[in-house]
Amino acid sequence: MSTLLLLIITGLGLGALYFLVASGLSLIYGLMGVLNFAHGSFLTISAFLGWEVGRRVSDGTWAGLAISAVVGMLVGAVVAAATEYLLIRRLYERHIEQALVTVGLALASVALFEGIWGTDPIYTQKPEWLGQTTEILGAKIPNDRFLLIACAALVLGGIVLFLQRTRYGLIIRAGVENRSMVTALGIDVRRSFTIVFAIGGAAAGLGGVLASVYYGYVSAHLGSVLLIFAFIVTVIGGLGSLTGAAIASVLVAVLQQFANYYLGGTGDLVVVIALAAVLLVRPRGLMGKVA
Amino acid sequence: MNPQRTDAGAPAHEVDPVDRADAGERSAVASARRPFLLIGGGIALVVVLAILPLLAIDLPGVLPGPTYTPGTLQLLAYAMLIAALALSYRMMFGLAGLLSFGHALFFAAGAYGLGMTLDAFAPVSWPSELIFVGSIAVTLVLGIVLAATVGSLALRVTGISFAMVTLAFAQAGSVLIRRNPGGTTGGDEGLSLDIDHVPDALVGVVNTRNLYWLALGVLVFVYLVVLWVERSRAGRVAEAVRENELRVRVIGLRPYTVKLLVFIVASVLAAIAGMGYLLLQSGASPRIATADFTLTLLVIVVLGGVGYRWGAIVGGIVYTLLDQRLTALAGSDLIAGLPAVLRVPLSEPLFILGTLFILVVLFLPGGIAGIPQRMSTGRKQHPAETEEAADA
Repeated sequence: MSTLLLLIITGLGLGALYFLVASGLSLIYGLMGVLNFAHGSFLTISAFLGWEVGRRVSDGTWAGLAISAVVGMLVGAVVAAATEYLLIRRLYERHIEQALVTVGLALASVALFEGIWGTDPIYTQKPEWLGQTTEILGAKIPNDRFLLIACAALVLGGIVLFLQRTRYGLIIRAGVENRSMVTALGIDVRRSFTIVFAIGGAAAGLGGVLASVYYGYVSAHLGSVLLIFAFIVTVIGGLGSLTGAAIASVLVAVLQQFANYYLGGTGDLVVVIALAAVLLVRPRGLMGKVA
Repeated sequence: MNPQRTDAGAPAHEVDPVDRADAGERSAVASARRPFLLIGGGIALVVVLAILPLLAIDLPGVLPGPTYTPGTLQLLAYAMLIAALALSYRMMFGLAGLLSFGHALFFAAGAYGLGMTLDAFAPVSWPSELIFVGSIAVTLVLGIVLAATVGSLALRVTGISFAMVTLAFAQAGSVLIRRNPGGTTGGDEGLSLDIDHVPDALVGVVNTRNLYWLALGVLVFVYLVVLWVERSRAGRVAEAVRENELRVRVIGLRPYTVKLLVFIVASVLAAIAGMGYLLLQSGASPRIATADFTLTLLVIVVLGGVGYRWGAIVGGIVYTLLDQRLTALAGSDLIAGLPAVLRVPLSEPLFILGTLFILVVLFLPGGIAGIPQRMSTGRKQHPAETEEAADA
């Protein structure tokens, strides 16, 4: 029982991380049809800059972590918005080229990060409480999982509120539904592209800082590892669906944890098989709209 | 799309002498001659490449040394294998419009497949030649089975989903190789070639020349197969599917079969290039199975020009040479003397290549191979691009 609970909560924590990356990917794809390969780089740069600022202000304390998170979100949002504005916008409506540009950006930025911060992981300090465990029903659960779950829940709530309650949210939802109709009504959807990128970048930035807490290090490849799982989550959840991404993140991460524990560390393989199975049985994903 | 395509169907040798008197005589003769010029040029190029190991051509800055030295031959052979692989990838992406993120899987299947079969046959006391040829045959069969399995599953979905399924399979393969099941793949350290049953002519630094010819042979073979597929009826249907799948269905053709055929042929060609890679490098590293490696292929194909067969070859060779030379440049004193702002980006070859790639996508849609046509027609956009933009 305690093992079960431990696996589920750990899975939820990992799922929270996947969700932070996948939410932006899914929104961006849903609205613009762009598969953003540079999303992992947004995460990595935020993790690095968040860590650099956080450790200079106060290393290994809650205040330092909070500052890291804020810096990470800001950096993620700014970098993502700049990417959209400078690179993606020039190739408006040419989806393959847009994806290719993000591929180039991902390759170049990872190389740049390696040049600046080196190829080895840099181990980070975190507040003492996050390194300890809490006992729930006999299961010793690492405390950082709770932080991850709480943050992801806040982000999910925030994005849902934004989409449901604001005018821009309305335009974005309508744009995901039927972009040409929104344009025909005289609304400039393109303006909301930058906003979607910024939101996705901020979520990924927060994800980057939290990933450095979860893994205990920052490295130039932090983003690329998470990106592949985020892709899988996005496709399983249904491209363009935020709820789908949330459900799929949890499912994928919990499945991964269980497979790692009971099937001898085959979590990665099981996730991939799950993706293949979902696509073959239901190609549009769990919550995706009909293509 | 393809500059040679318009001439391809022209029955060059069947031109009636009477017709030559027509007003269009000149252009007819010119277009009939072009294929021969191209074929002649191609053969000449292959001959030049074939005798390169016997010459001492030194291109400072481009090649690490004179062309007869093993180091240079090794680099050129590697570039040609990558070009062959890129050519097979272009057949899928450029011809049939299948954006796969799993092509590295088949390259790795060729390299690891051959290496592991050679290991498996090691205790058997058959003649070495038989084992070597047998291993190649077994690997080819494995490649076909793998390609047919992955292809038939992945092609049930289209577009981005197809890309994701292929990525997933490739990721599974990559994970499997790193896991080192039963100690057969060597895990992170890679697999080293067991040379017991490899012909002596293909082993050792002294015989780099033979490996170079082998790589050239692989490239020519892959090119001819790709040419044959592109000119065949299946190739035309694949091209039509890329442009408008619905219309192909309406005509009454089945896109699935054709796409599967192209997928399998391209994958098996990749496996053949992979076998060449194993022999050339005397081993295989898990890097060749990663998604990053497929992305590199995509970069190569787009850099060279998606619309052109030889674009993939040019891209593969340019990319490999750039990668190698930029690494050499990164370690040079010139770079070390620069201030950190310039030194850090310039010492990362992938950063320069990635930036170059972005610039090509943004400003040079036809790639390197599209430059001559852009200069002659003065068009700002490659003709193939306008169609893609319109149906997006």
